[in-house]
Amino acid sequence: MKAPSFDYVRAASTAEVFALLQRHGDAARVLAGGQTLIATLNMRLSEPALLIDIGGLDALRGIALAGGMLRIGALTTHAEIERSVLVAEHVPLLAQAVPHIAHPAIRNRGTLGGSLAYADPAAEWPACALALGATLVVAGARGERRIAADDFFTGLFTTAMAGNELLVACELPVRAPDERHAFDELARRHGDYAIAGLAGCATFRSGRLFDLRLAFLGVGDRPLRVPRTEQSLHGRALDDATLAVALQTLRAELQPFGDLTNTPEMKRHLAGVLAKRVLTRLAV
Amino acid sequence: MTTQALHRIQVHINGTPTTRTVEPRRHLVDFLREDCGLKGSHLGCEHGVCGACTVRLDGEIVRGCLVLAVQADGRRVDTVETATPSPRLRALQDAFIARNALQCGYCTPGMLLAALDLVEQRPGADRETVRAGISGNYCRCTGYQAIVDAVCDVLALQRAGHFEPMPQGVA
Repeated sequence: MKAPSFDYVRAASTAEVFALLQRHGDAARVLAGGQTLIATLNMRLSEPALLIDIGGLDALRGIALAGGMLRIGALTTHAEIERSVLVAEHVPLLAQAVPHIAHPAIRNRGTLGGSLAYADPAAEWPACALALGATLVVAGARGERRIAADDFFTGLFTTAMAGNELLVACELPVRAPDERHAFDELARRHGDYAIAGLAGCATFRSGRLFDLRLAFLGVGDRPLRVPRTEQSLHGRALDDATLAVALQTLRAELQPFGDLTNTPEMKRHLAGVLAKRVLTRLAV
Repeated sequence: MTTQALHRIQVHINGTPTTRTVEPRRHLVDFLREDCGLKGSHLGCEHGVCGACTVRLDGEIVRGCLVLAVQADGRRVDTVETATPSPRLRALQDAFIARNALQCGYCTPGMLLAALDLVEQRPGADRETVRAGISGNYCRCTGYQAIVDAVCDVLALQRAGHFEPMPQGVA
């Protein structure tokens, strides 16, 4: 189907973006990679009067190491993350997740910032940001603020950003030498939206797991941590007994939503499958 | 309400600078087909899933249905009609014919560009990697195996040194 009519402006600065958002409010939408927005428009699920193309804002691009953090600009494409030596070295969780994002042609245009700001619970980046305890850098007319990933994803397709703010970067802690990252996802076909997925990281020292962080995607209205399950393994080695306790705790703790093709019980079962795979990779 | 202002854009299509005036909502494939008369790029789902609309923008494959023509202003677009097909593209076209990897041909332009990207970017690809690489391109006719065979044939040719090496930093 064809998109409805809209006006289009290519913003030259973030100041221009804020002024336009101020003037047009809900009638304006920000265009970054467009891999979600343009599909939405083509299906006429949204009819904005104005598209503000932020693709020219080079300050929102780039991957750089600074002070023990990896800062990734919001306009960085999934493909750029896939190719990045810095990401592979310092935040390997992202490198593991990125091949699961759609398909190469989509990854060449879709952006990290777009995925985080859209906050689809089945997307990979929100779960990775949550697992890693990332910081989202958000800008508005009055300046910049930082929001912890724990506080950023507040509901279905909803974030802590205000309507006139722009996500400008994501800051991710650099992997410590004894830290492990593992990501896995289940989908019917390669590149499909995940039925369920899991981003995990932990410190693995003297054969034991510490500070385990598990963030599920595709099982709720936002990426979900499972603190009781995480705690059940803190300071423990992973063996048949501790794994069984963890999986039992997970079954009780996770309250997944079903969707069109999967019941809550199926999601709960698949979460257990993913937890076993990811935990086994973390404890190596 | 929109002012529906039209935009004048210049896009370098298959090496030729092309100037047109378009509505902002015009996506790249409709621009190529309707405004430029290049019917080689096809539309299937128009929401990024089927891959029939795959074209190259500044050297990278994209979903033409998810790029606005106005976003291609000043940029380079390459379609299957490219005036000077790369030896790899020509080899893929020949392999598709040899392997009967097309029937109606509707998915084929998109498949060729996705396959070309794979051959260029992942020269060591095995059959599984080929399957993953073209998983974003739907075919309703062939059942895919012949397409995978054709791509694997070209990968084998490449590994046997049949083509000039890709230039560094080629787009």
